[in-house]
Amino acid sequence: MSGTIRKHSWVMGLVLLLVVLLTITKVIQPTFGASGLESIARAALPFAFATAGMAIVVIVGGIDLSVASMMAVCAVTAAVLMERMAGVPALLIVLGVGLLMGLINGLLIVVTRVPDIVVTLAMLFVWEGVALLILETPGGATADWLEQAIRGHFLFDGLPKALVVIAVGIAVVWLPVRRSKLGLSIYATGSDELAAFRSGVAVGRTKVIAYALCGLFCAMGGLSLAALTGIGEPVPGPYLMASVAAVVLGGVVLGGGKGGLLGPIIAVFILRIIRTILTLLAVDPNVTTIIEGTIMVLVVMLGTAASLRGARR
Amino acid sequence: MVRFGRYLRDNPIIPLLVFLFLMIAVLEVLRPGIVTPFRAGRDGLISTFWVGNLIKFAIPLAMLAACQVLTMLTAGIDLSVGVVATVSAFVCATLSAIWGVTPAVLIALSAGLVVGVVNGIGVGLVRVHPLIMTLGTGLIATGCLQVYQRLVINAGTEIPAFLSWLGTGRTAGMPNGLFVFVPFALFILWLMRYTGFGRLLFALGSNEQAAKLSGVRAWQVYLALYVLSSFIAALAGLLYLGMIRQTSLSLANPLLLPSVAAAVIGGTSIFGGRGSFAGAIVGALILRVLDTMLTLMQMPEGARTALFGLIILAVTALYVRITGTR
Amino acid sequence: MSRTALLDASDVAKSFGAVHALTKAQLTVAEGEIVALMGANGAGKSTFVKIITGALKPDAGHVLIRGKQAHVGNPAEARRSGLVPVYQEPSLIPDLDVSDNLRLTDTPVDQFREWVSKLGIKDLKLSAMIGDLPLATLRILDLARALAVEPDVLLLDEMTAALPTDLVERVLKTVRRKANDGMGVIYVSHRFTEISELCDRATVLRDGMSVGDLDIEPGVEERVVELMLGQKIDIGQRQILQANGPQTQTPRLHVQSLAFEPSFSDVSFDLYPGEVLGVVALEGQGQDELFEVLAGFDRPTSGSMEVDGKPVHFAHPADAIAAGLTFVPGDRSDALMAQRSVRENIALPFSARLGNWGPIKLRRERDRVAYAVEKLQIDTRAQGEVQRLSGGNQQKVTIGRWLATGVETLLLFDPTRGIDVRTKHQIYPLVRELADQGAAVLFYTSELEEIPLACDRVVVIFNGRVVDVIDAADADEQTLMRAAYGLTEAEGVA
Repeated sequence: MSGTIRKHSWVMGLVLLLVVLLTITKVIQPTFGASGLESIARAALPFAFATAGMAIVVIVGGIDLSVASMMAVCAVTAAVLMERMAGVPALLIVLGVGLLMGLINGLLIVVTRVPDIVVTLAMLFVWEGVALLILETPGGATADWLEQAIRGHFLFDGLPKALVVIAVGIAVVWLPVRRSKLGLSIYATGSDELAAFRSGVAVGRTKVIAYALCGLFCAMGGLSLAALTGIGEPVPGPYLMASVAAVVLGGVVLGGGKGGLLGPIIAVFILRIIRTILTLLAVDPNVTTIIEGTIMVLVVMLGTAASLRGARR
Repeated sequence: MVRFGRYLRDNPIIPLLVFLFLMIAVLEVLRPGIVTPFRAGRDGLISTFWVGNLIKFAIPLAMLAACQVLTMLTAGIDLSVGVVATVSAFVCATLSAIWGVTPAVLIALSAGLVVGVVNGIGVGLVRVHPLIMTLGTGLIATGCLQVYQRLVINAGTEIPAFLSWLGTGRTAGMPNGLFVFVPFALFILWLMRYTGFGRLLFALGSNEQAAKLSGVRAWQVYLALYVLSSFIAALAGLLYLGMIRQTSLSLANPLLLPSVAAAVIGGTSIFGGRGSFAGAIVGALILRVLDTMLTLMQMPEGARTALFGLIILAVTALYVRITGTR
Repeated sequence: MSRTALLDASDVAKSFGAVHALTKAQLTVAEGEIVALMGANGAGKSTFVKIITGALKPDAGHVLIRGKQAHVGNPAEARRSGLVPVYQEPSLIPDLDVSDNLRLTDTPVDQFREWVSKLGIKDLKLSAMIGDLPLATLRILDLARALAVEPDVLLLDEMTAALPTDLVERVLKTVRRKANDGMGVIYVSHRFTEISELCDRATVLRDGMSVGDLDIEPGVEERVVELMLGQKIDIGQRQILQANGPQTQTPRLHVQSLAFEPSFSDVSFDLYPGEVLGVVALEGQGQDELFEVLAGFDRPTSGSMEVDGKPVHFAHPADAIAAGLTFVPGDRSDALMAQRSVRENIALPFSARLGNWGPIKLRRERDRVAYAVEKLQIDTRAQGEVQRLSGGNQQKVTIGRWLATGVETLLLFDPTRGIDVRTKHQIYPLVRELADQGAAVLFYTSELEEIPLACDRVVVIFNGRVVDVIDAADADEQTLMRAAYGLTEAEGVA
């Protein structure tokens, strides 16, 4: 019981922080409203999906350094396909590509027994290369409806479509998993691999599935990248560090077993709004990048220190 | 099989050299005369120009590979070396135009040291995984570089003459960079083999528990290690500046992946406790030849990147398979 | 005796490399029978348990459950075939709540609840996180979860260790009742009191073999102890010990009411220069943690330590080493750099301090290493990589490290575990010699027959407390074994 309270109290704290930051934004920029919210939600799209994928592999006790590269592969695949064929089949192919890449990552980790961090570092470069092979320079085009799907508001002003896309995209994949025995197995494997094995969890298979889910979310992230820019960009963006930081800030402990997806997603918005505030304060965008990077590194450092302290007890 | 694997692991240099010459032979077949001018109807048995060029471009790569070898000995890695080299080169080129060469070089090197200190604190004291830590500091350093660029945007750049001499000059056909690199390589080899610090790097990577048991305070070693690594990277950046004679905000970044690959090919274990700088030097040469080969075959950039990634993965998986250790 | 055998494990053998953990182990459990599986440390008990529960595959022999071949290599399959284990370390997932843990193992919730309340836990919430619950509760939950699936055979591995007495009572009573309904139970334990209360029969393992099968009846303890000790292999003449050094001087190491909760709670002793102080304890009585606290790996939760009369506090092993306390851990893999040379392994402490990071003084290093190698007669034919040495030689390297550095106080934790007799013979005189030269040695061993060969005095630790101090002159194996099992105390009460 106290565990659930603790879990929720962290998320509640994050929500509170989010509200405070939004208020600050409103104070600095009194005109900040629905459209400001909409642009924050849109900018948060790729970060949110990258973070969701990262969160799942961290929960299972691993890490995936190749998220940004997989997103790049999916973005260029989408841009190349949508130039040539109907949108919906292209969309499904891209999702399949993401799933496949994640599956390959997971299988390599389980089969070669090389640690996840090393495998995904190598795959970071492999997928980056693959993205460049598909599209050497930024290009291609995305379907109009894809761009429309994330632009503007849903039903009423103040509910950005991008936010709905994030919520639906993550809920459709994660909620069934979380509710099923697979979800339990993911948490069990990350929490205590030996106890999970003794409880009858197929540890290897669970890990592979977690990585595959991460790939699937990266496909959504890639699609949203393509939708945001209207083209395919083969060079991976800064999503690796950002997703690790959001995952840690969101209450998912590096090492596995703890946390959910809600916290990390809220953390993504917190990090985005900090950027907005800095921009509104007319801080040089480059300085903003430094501040953002410093915050992310500090978050990871604090998270590591906290998890080490927890492990020692 | 296991015994043979062990032999290769103990003496990586011999098969690596064989492999290097094999690659050169393949290159010669692909483009007759590139290594042996007489076959193309020109003078000379071996092209000193080609060999000199090969070595010249391998030097900065081998120096950055030294960073990876040293950090990998402790089961770490330094992903900030590309950025640090770039920062150092950029700072040096811009400040030389304003304050003169000596302060420029000193400030460039100390910029690298700052990154090293932060890395060392994060890895040694806070115990963040080196991969994440060095990735993060690299990101921050890139941001700082962009801000810095706007401060000095009107000052222009100047490549110090002695760096140009080191980077592009030749003595007896061989690049002048060797005047820096040979003492550097000897120093690293000596450091790894004959100093207490070198022993501790191997010890931490082999069994940190055993090191602790023997009274080693690991954080001191990590701090010194990452500072040293950044210093080497900054030095390599200066050399690279003299070689390329241009400044850019991503000058040395493309060297990061090959530096990891060179170390891994050279027999350094990414899991710590085993590594050879001599191997990494040969690894750097192999990668340069491979690069030439891929260029000749008009292999696109993407395939090259993917291939390097696969090489790292394959060599590491092979290592796990042969030794049965992680 | 005509009851059906629920579990029949016979002729089970298992080797790890050159180490024969099990050679011929047997165990049968009939319907309604509770069988104790006993054996001294290193007898092969834990390997046997792993094989029975399907976590390990035997090299030879078979495990039948209700006459059918049990599935091996997969605990989930073993569960399904009717054998459910409950370990000292509960196999519950710390980051999931109780109901999720039940769901993970397909355990019926109602039966589970029923058993939980039968076992005496009243107000359990199914939404409680496992990580927030105390260890005692977790053991009970693990047991209730096992009982809820109505297993044919229940295996309890030291699950009453560190459990409050009333809970132990209830556990024993519940298990007994369940057995009366026909369930078979394998009870792995060190505790004679519980075994005599609960079990019908005891199977004793020694050196990987089943050496006896005894019905539990009054006075059976002596017989079990004899079986566990077995026919004594002559491992050497007992040395005539003169009390080393007068005990009026300041102790090298003075330990007062030292505690490291929950592992040990009250340990006091004095260790004098020139003395070898033995430590006797069954597995898991807190001795592992005691040595780690003394070596500076952990800080004690209370109590004090003094070295040569001065109070010391260790924050890092380097502090302990600076105070002259050097530690040889039980697990050689903790102490050795497997892929590095003998020389580097022995010389490791030389470079540890910041001041010694510079050039290595090669001649000095060579001389000191050569001294240690010669003193210990380390076989240096495969000195390029320590992992290629035999276990005995590896152990010598870990001791040699401190010999080369200079020994003041040596903390030896089970230095002869799993090594050959010849090497053992070299280690006892060496320990004596070090003491004669003025070193103080704390010597824990899991093999009781070593105590009289090497030690002057012995402290006995049971349940995290020093329960007895015995002079080596009186320390025959029977006495030590009984003390280690906490039997002297029980007799004193009765």
